[in-house]
Amino acid sequence: MAGENGATTGSTATTVVPDSPLFNLLEGFVVELRSAGLPVSLSENIDAAEAVRHIPIEDRDAFKYALAATLVKNNAHWKTFETLFEVYFSLRGKEYAINGDGDDPFGDLDFDDEDGQEGPPGAGGEGGGEGMSPEQLAEMLFQALMKGDQALMRMLAKQAVKKYAGMEPGRPVGGTYYLYRTLRNLDLDGMMERLMEQAKEEQPDMSPLDERLQKDENETRIDELRKEIEAEIRRRLVADRGAEAMAKTLRKPLPEDVDFMHASREEMANLRRAIYPLTRKLAVRLARKRRHGRKGPLDFRNTVRHSLSYGGVPAEPKFRYPRPSKPEIIVIADISGSVAAFARFTLHLVYAISGQFSKVRAFVFIDGLDEVTRFFEGVDDIAEAVHRVNTEADVVWVDGHSDYGHAFEVFWDNYGNDINSKSTVLVLGDARNNYHASQAWIMKEIQQKARKLFWLNPEPKAYWNTGDSIVGEYGAHCDGTFEVRNLRQLEKFVDNLV
Amino acid sequence: MTHRFESVDAVRKGLREVDYLADDGIAGIAYLADRLEKPVLIEGPAGTGKTQLAKSVADMIGARLIRLQCYEGLDESKALYEWNYKKQLLRIQTERGEDWGEIEDDIFSDEFLLTRPLLEAIRADDPVVLLIDEVDRVEVETEALLLELLSDYQVSIPELGTIEAKQIPLVFLTSNNTRELSEALKRRCLFLHLDYPEMEREKEIVKTKVPDITENLADQVARIVRSIRNLELKKAPSVSETIDWARTLILLGIDQITEADAVETANVLLKYRSDIDKVVKEFGSNAAAHFEPAAGN
Repeated sequence: MAGENGATTGSTATTVVPDSPLFNLLEGFVVELRSAGLPVSLSENIDAAEAVRHIPIEDRDAFKYALAATLVKNNAHWKTFETLFEVYFSLRGKEYAINGDGDDPFGDLDFDDEDGQEGPPGAGGEGGGEGMSPEQLAEMLFQALMKGDQALMRMLAKQAVKKYAGMEPGRPVGGTYYLYRTLRNLDLDGMMERLMEQAKEEQPDMSPLDERLQKDENETRIDELRKEIEAEIRRRLVADRGAEAMAKTLRKPLPEDVDFMHASREEMANLRRAIYPLTRKLAVRLARKRRHGRKGPLDFRNTVRHSLSYGGVPAEPKFRYPRPSKPEIIVIADISGSVAAFARFTLHLVYAISGQFSKVRAFVFIDGLDEVTRFFEGVDDIAEAVHRVNTEADVVWVDGHSDYGHAFEVFWDNYGNDINSKSTVLVLGDARNNYHASQAWIMKEIQQKARKLFWLNPEPKAYWNTGDSIVGEYGAHCDGTFEVRNLRQLEKFVDNLV
Repeated sequence: MTHRFESVDAVRKGLREVDYLADDGIAGIAYLADRLEKPVLIEGPAGTGKTQLAKSVADMIGARLIRLQCYEGLDESKALYEWNYKKQLLRIQTERGEDWGEIEDDIFSDEFLLTRPLLEAIRADDPVVLLIDEVDRVEVETEALLLELLSDYQVSIPELGTIEAKQIPLVFLTSNNTRELSEALKRRCLFLHLDYPEMEREKEIVKTKVPDITENLADQVARIVRSIRNLELKKAPSVSETIDWARTLILLGIDQITEADAVETANVLLKYRSDIDKVVKEFGSNAAAHFEPAAGN
């Protein structure tokens, strides 16, 4: 992986002096990036060291972009980078010490001191900032949001964290706990309503369009505030625990490694967004592969035609490019609760690349089975189609618990004749059959008729064939069983499919 | 070797003078590209000013822009150099009976070399900016063609030897991210992701590109576009579409956008039927009822 040949030209002679504080910090940062899963090569590391010579660390934004430009070569990794950057290079001064008295630029603002139980006001040169009553804080926050005053928002976020988060040094709780405590006290939803009311008061004849725009604007601002609060909590935790320990607790999987089965709602939304570019990428790659797969036999006519420009010498041989027939895809997906998220993604993906296949048919089942191809026909919006599949398809036969055996039986009886030597059959599911009869003979029949039969299982391999999982029994008749737990594995599978 | 740029700030100001509004990231990376003598790989959605950045930088430093448009099937003879076969044939035919060794030396000389953009950029005496556009369109194997140039600023021609750059040009590569570029290529470049601009910056861009626009209208345009981008669409409006939209509104003599205006001109911003429908549904309320599209799907 490491840069082997001249990736850094010329000026490698003078990099940052080893053992300087900045060099050590950078080293630690790169190690952390690597353990978060970012592929940082040796030459990129050297580039980063080179880059920081030209950009002063005091210019934090420029410094951040300089590091990002040399270390992060994939936009999906930006968020991970940004969080770690903040942890490593955010100001680690004493003003963030949890008990510390802030060196607050607004410290000399004149607030009342009625709520000073956190320590004697004025101790250590602190201003009256945290002496604000909750009502005052809320009011100031409202004003700041109203005007979109960033500096004031940042300062108030600090105050809010000091006041509400109840952070104590050395307490082993994560940042989310403090975030939750702070937000609960601030009541941002109520704030949002107040902002909208205020806007309406100022502009009584607001059209629905204006109202909508105003709402979006307010949401953006409140979002910013939330980010400020998060950042503040993180900064304080870093000051308390040190960057390395903090980075470890923040480590989150990269988008392509998020497990389908255990994704949080936010991760789900990210995944949904990630799947569109992914499908486009795959479609392009598949199309390319099909066209440029290999050279065919000599195209005699074409060669003779081109030989004319060389005086009849066939100097430029031309070949026929093979046009392989497009495969037919039949997808049979389990959409019961345990694997629903996974099935949804796969349906998205299969339909997005359906242009590469001559025909795609989709079936979904729980203990009954229904064809859902019709929901996708002539529909532009895949998300809506998937939604209809989940609400309208007739998939419950008895009790709504997965019964693979019965579902396969229904499939075989009704659609078995549609399988031919051009079809590739994909079965998606965890094969947790609730101890019903497996009817594995159907898999065997399908495999004999179809071109290929693959089983995609969203469960970790270690859990296969434990409990009521009988993937081994079905898998014996498949051309391949694959563990597909995240986007990376899914992408790899589809890539190999064609 | 003298540097082209004084400081990050100088880059930002310089770009501003040629009507390109750079944020911190953009200016910083252009500055680094010069200092570290490294190419810049720009990635991001279509219509966010990737190609324009290279053009503007060329404009700013008064350099010639050499552009290589990538496409599937691009090869050495289109990107690097080619021997002028016809001329070589003529040369051989005119002087029969000459010693072959002499002819060989002669026909593989500079005179018979057709330079293509990459070689041209390296051999240029005047300042140049090299733009390799949509590099994700070439096959992975073709990418390898670029590697020697990008890391060492030289091109090896078997018959002539290695041609080194007379001066290190600024190199920009753009990618629409239709496929993952190879690690080798990424490693050699500085990476810049250009996303849709923040609302404030987009407003400034609109004001720069559409000078007749009023402050109020520019603000409204930027806000509406931001709200539209928040929806889940097939293709979010790009910056260039925002500018087109602002121009359309000016031509129609609109200075305060109403729902009806927004709905009627939505087809300038959005290029998919389903996207337009979605936006109309979200923003249109009553105006949606008498919406008739100005152009078909």
